[in-house]
Amino acid sequence: MEALTIHRFQFAFTVTYHYIFAQLTMGLALLIFVLKTMALRGDPVANQAVRFWAKILGVTFVMGVVTGIPMEFQFGTNWSRFSEAAGGVIGQTLAMEGVFAFFLESAFLYLLLYGERRLGQRGHWVVALLVFIGTWLSGFFIVCTNAWMQHPVGYEITPDGVIKLASLSALFTNPWAIPQYLHTMVGAVITGSFMMAAISAFYVLRGEHVATARRSSSVAVVVGLIASVLAAMPTGDIQAGLIYKHQPVTFAAMEGHFHTEDGAGLVLIGQPNMQKMHLDNPVVLPKVLSFLTHQRWDATIVGLSDYDRKLWPDNVELLYYSYHVMAGLGTFFTGIMMLSVFFLWRRKLHEQRWLLWALMLFLPFPFIANTAGWMTAELGRQPWLVYGLMRTADGHSTQVSAGNALFTLLGFMGLYVVVSALYFFLTTRIIARGPESDPTGHEFEINAGEPEKAGA
Amino acid sequence: METVWFWLLAWMLGTYVVLDGFDFGVGILHLFVAKSEAERKQVIRSIGPVWDGNEVWLVAASGTIFFAFPKLYAISFSGFYLALMIVLWLLIFRAFGIELRHQMDDPLWTQFWDVAFAAASFLLAVCLGAALGNLVRGVPLKEDGTFFEPLWTDFRVGQQTGILDWYTVLVALTAVLALAHHGALWLNARTDKAVAERAGHLAGRLWPFVVMLSIATTLATVVVQPNVSESLAARPWGVVFVGIAVAGLIGAYVLRRRGRELQAFLASAIYLYGMVALSAIGIYPYVLPGRDPALGLTARAAAAAETGLVMAMYWWIPGMLLACGYFVYLYSTMPAKFSVHDTADH
Repeated sequence: MEALTIHRFQFAFTVTYHYIFAQLTMGLALLIFVLKTMALRGDPVANQAVRFWAKILGVTFVMGVVTGIPMEFQFGTNWSRFSEAAGGVIGQTLAMEGVFAFFLESAFLYLLLYGERRLGQRGHWVVALLVFIGTWLSGFFIVCTNAWMQHPVGYEITPDGVIKLASLSALFTNPWAIPQYLHTMVGAVITGSFMMAAISAFYVLRGEHVATARRSSSVAVVVGLIASVLAAMPTGDIQAGLIYKHQPVTFAAMEGHFHTEDGAGLVLIGQPNMQKMHLDNPVVLPKVLSFLTHQRWDATIVGLSDYDRKLWPDNVELLYYSYHVMAGLGTFFTGIMMLSVFFLWRRKLHEQRWLLWALMLFLPFPFIANTAGWMTAELGRQPWLVYGLMRTADGHSTQVSAGNALFTLLGFMGLYVVVSALYFFLTTRIIARGPESDPTGHEFEINAGEPEKAGA
Repeated sequence: METVWFWLLAWMLGTYVVLDGFDFGVGILHLFVAKSEAERKQVIRSIGPVWDGNEVWLVAASGTIFFAFPKLYAISFSGFYLALMIVLWLLIFRAFGIELRHQMDDPLWTQFWDVAFAAASFLLAVCLGAALGNLVRGVPLKEDGTFFEPLWTDFRVGQQTGILDWYTVLVALTAVLALAHHGALWLNARTDKAVAERAGHLAGRLWPFVVMLSIATTLATVVVQPNVSESLAARPWGVVFVGIAVAGLIGAYVLRRRGRELQAFLASAIYLYGMVALSAIGIYPYVLPGRDPALGLTARAAAAAETGLVMAMYWWIPGMLLACGYFVYLYSTMPAKFSVHDTADH
């Protein structure tokens, strides 16, 4: 295997794995803040829920931290030519994440988990807010970094090929950044909501911890519905518009739109066939792609075949599938959350066992949808590392040989199997023990070491 | 401007060594100072609220290298590839040792994570020391400005060095003992009963070795890296840091003997700051000296464009003030002494 391929695969693997935990952390941080706000307004059941979900958040956060540190390092270790050329720009947003987000999160997560008694209810609410802000700021700086790679702004190129920062504010007002950030965040909230809804559904179906589970699921499905709708409209729609405008080749490839057409149809399903340059077995909504893109039914959309092959993303099929998996799952999320909110409104959600089963079994899919979404963004950016400025093939560390990179890639894979096993073991254990039964909320016993005594 | 960032970076790395250093030290000594389950918990509790924040200094410092000295970031991180990957993997185990141990009350589970925490802390102190050793000694930079160091070659300080040679091993050993001493003083100051006593006793036993190794390392450094003497000759005020390091080290001993535990810990922090500052002066104006001095990477050559360095000041200063604020708050909310009898809190 070529060194470039291995460097790409290692970064893709480690960042995808890291983002499993990161999205859940950001999603849960918002939901916990909502529940804590309800608790502060005098809802003791919501407070029980806060303590329970904070335990899941705590373990998830640790996994996010340990898998996140390698991400920052790998810019330098595996992508040194890119780091050297662009560090003056993206180094700033990445360092801001450390300075503004990580210090905040690391200082206050501990207090969210263990500080309730000491801080009092109001103090604990402030801490929940700070953890929420910290995790979402972290996401903001990362998305600003990625947005710059998707659509570079605010830079100048010096004669010796170094990309230097011309305007810091341009990185944050990048037209790509805010829509991508909002789309990413609602995706994370969908994951958090489904996680909360799935575990709550599990409890209600088993008839355990029903009060906490009902309160949690009610919050989760309402927040989940709002997020699912926002993921499509307006954030997803704006994102697609940006790709059409700034990365038209990517747009054609991800939509499976091979040939230029007036009144192009929206592909729902079908397999791209790169030899014959068409879709096998397509199901198409006629003229809808033109309408969604231009608000005119017969507008022209340029197809992939009319672009220079050198500009094509290097894996059109995977890009196409990723995008369709994300969009397709997103549609299901809206449907299932709409049904849940409908029954919640009729006060019958917790009697619909079929729907509770569906909520429980849907747990993996938001993770898949978020992963597919990032694959769409990152495969769509190819063959560029910084769109239009630097090719991926020019960015990796040449002094790190293919063999060394393969060794560490395998090392990460093996290690992350262990991390997964531990995460599953610990979260299932927390779920099996359930929310605290102590009604006073004073004995917040999470890990004082004598769990048996706590009566869980 | 790059000189300002050079010193800000040295300050960040020094703070990292002082803060994460004590929880590394606590990890190294964990199995020796804490015998019973209650004591082990007490030791972990004494770093529980802060270890993650301490580690963020490493992330923030490497982010600062990334934007202020992109060329240093690119060349050193890829050149030290193998060593850094080992560091990343060790950090995972160490974090798990601290954060997962209390998730289950089972003797095999807690013993496993105790050993993982202790071993990872020890090995990370070795890596940290070896990293500093490499930085001071210089790396085998080639004409194209890059290098790739194997883990070791022939252990001699020649042109083709590995990450480990006799000099970097010496620095690593000094780091292990200095951080163990630092961690012992933390436990002596912030815990009670048997753990505090054992830690105080251990600090006393470790101290002479820290002194001897510090002297040996300093002498070896002057031999291995001629730039140190040149740089000090050009900046005679740098000698002040020798005094600071010596005063810190003596203070750590005297203050502990007088029962001023917290002040002894702070004196040890001053010693560590002094050593990091001396290393920084020793390599200046380089940020990555070469084994061939002509090929060394200077701060000026490694720095990002001036405009970016100026812009960064506007967010970096308020951001770090904010971060320091969190630390002051966090440390001030910690109990003065973590009691062995307290099992109700993390």
